[in-house]
Amino acid sequence: MSAEKKKELQVAALENGTAIDHIPPTQLFKVASLLGLENMDNTITIGNNLHSSKMGSKGMIKISEKFFCKEEIDRIALIAPNIILNEIRDYEVVEKRTVTLPNKLIGLVKCNNPKCITNNEPMATHFDVIDKEKVIIKCHYCERKINKEDIVVK
Amino acid sequence: MKSKSLVSIDQCSKEDILRILDNAKKFEANPNRKVLEGKVAATLFFEPSTRTRLSFETAVNRLGGRVIGFSDASTTSSSKGETLKDTILMVSNYVDLIIMRHHLEGAARYASEVTNIPIINAGDGANQHPSQTMLDLYSIQKTQGKLTDLTITMVGDLKYGRTVHSLIVGMSHFNPTFNFVAPKELRMPDEQKNFCDERGIKYNEYTEFTEEIINQTDILYMTRVQRERFTDLEEYERVKNVYILKNDMLKNSRENLRILHPLPRVNEIAYDVDDNPKAYYIQQAHNGLFARQAIICDVLNIPVE
Repeated sequence: MSAEKKKELQVAALENGTAIDHIPPTQLFKVASLLGLENMDNTITIGNNLHSSKMGSKGMIKISEKFFCKEEIDRIALIAPNIILNEIRDYEVVEKRTVTLPNKLIGLVKCNNPKCITNNEPMATHFDVIDKEKVIIKCHYCERKINKEDIVVK
Repeated sequence: MKSKSLVSIDQCSKEDILRILDNAKKFEANPNRKVLEGKVAATLFFEPSTRTRLSFETAVNRLGGRVIGFSDASTTSSSKGETLKDTILMVSNYVDLIIMRHHLEGAARYASEVTNIPIINAGDGANQHPSQTMLDLYSIQKTQGKLTDLTITMVGDLKYGRTVHSLIVGMSHFNPTFNFVAPKELRMPDEQKNFCDERGIKYNEYTEFTEEIINQTDILYMTRVQRERFTDLEEYERVKNVYILKNDMLKNSRENLRILHPLPRVNEIAYDVDDNPKAYYIQQAHNGLFARQAIICDVLNIPVE
């Protein structure tokens, strides 16, 4: 790893695990919650409002001995589409992954329509992502479209 | 594999629509065909709708099937807190087909996912009501002799009116031209206009309902402007009498013009229009029987000779 890169990290280096970088500071705790960090026993370092040359300030999460599968991380795309996941083994970044919004979001988002069946039955919600760029999703049941700023993560 | 259900008009291809309309025509020629002999259909009306329920039940009866069901959820276990899923699964033990209406949006799609019995959506809140669209399409085809290249003028509440939104989808296969006539507060939403733009469907928007528009129209589709839809009641008072069709507005209209309305109407079509041969809303409701017979046979894969 280059000296320049180390300087940019600003938090303790990780031996093995996942470093999630470029999290918008306002979304940091939402990302933590989406990943279920509160139920994890792993060593976790969270930094927020760190200096970023790319985005001014940023948040970062480092989770020791944890590697995420695609389904686990793609849900983050909903609230922080530009984050980068660095998989680290023996202090080296072995893989950089970006997140992509999946085509379907099952049980993740609450429908904003109070008259939607999903808000009145014990069932999972189901949204189709109809615009990945602008992040517009559509309820598979009541067909209500929800824009990015109105998305409520369960 | 899940059975065939009719939940929404956008699931129907052009071929699906033409096949169902073709069968509706056969049912109009002979509505009494015993193709459902020995079969039982359930009409589950969690929300009352007498007109739709009677039309579906008549359709089943004329096909020789039997009907069970309820017309008001307050007499059922859903009032005790039973989930929709449990009700649907319980009824699925007894019947070959479920026709359902529900006040919650998405209820029919969910029902079609939990059971292997075909579901026909007879209305789910403000969302979908595909048998209404099918009977509208049948009425248009029957009165115009074709579905293609027609000018359809929609008047009234175009914002919340699910029938007009579904009709746009249903007609989108047939190169229509639309005129949308509505007060500002109730104009056609962007979603429907984008749908037209993406498919190259021509449309014009007006806030005034004039003879000039009527005179270049083949199908005049009237809807009700409801007071409770307005946030600004002054606006309602200003527009409530603007979107009323009166008989003298029809004097220079096209010979083939027909007036449709999903009913019930309140005052948006003056009663002096009823005697005009261009008024078609009562026959339109009658066509619902044939369209529903055709839909029932379609979801059950029963061929119509």
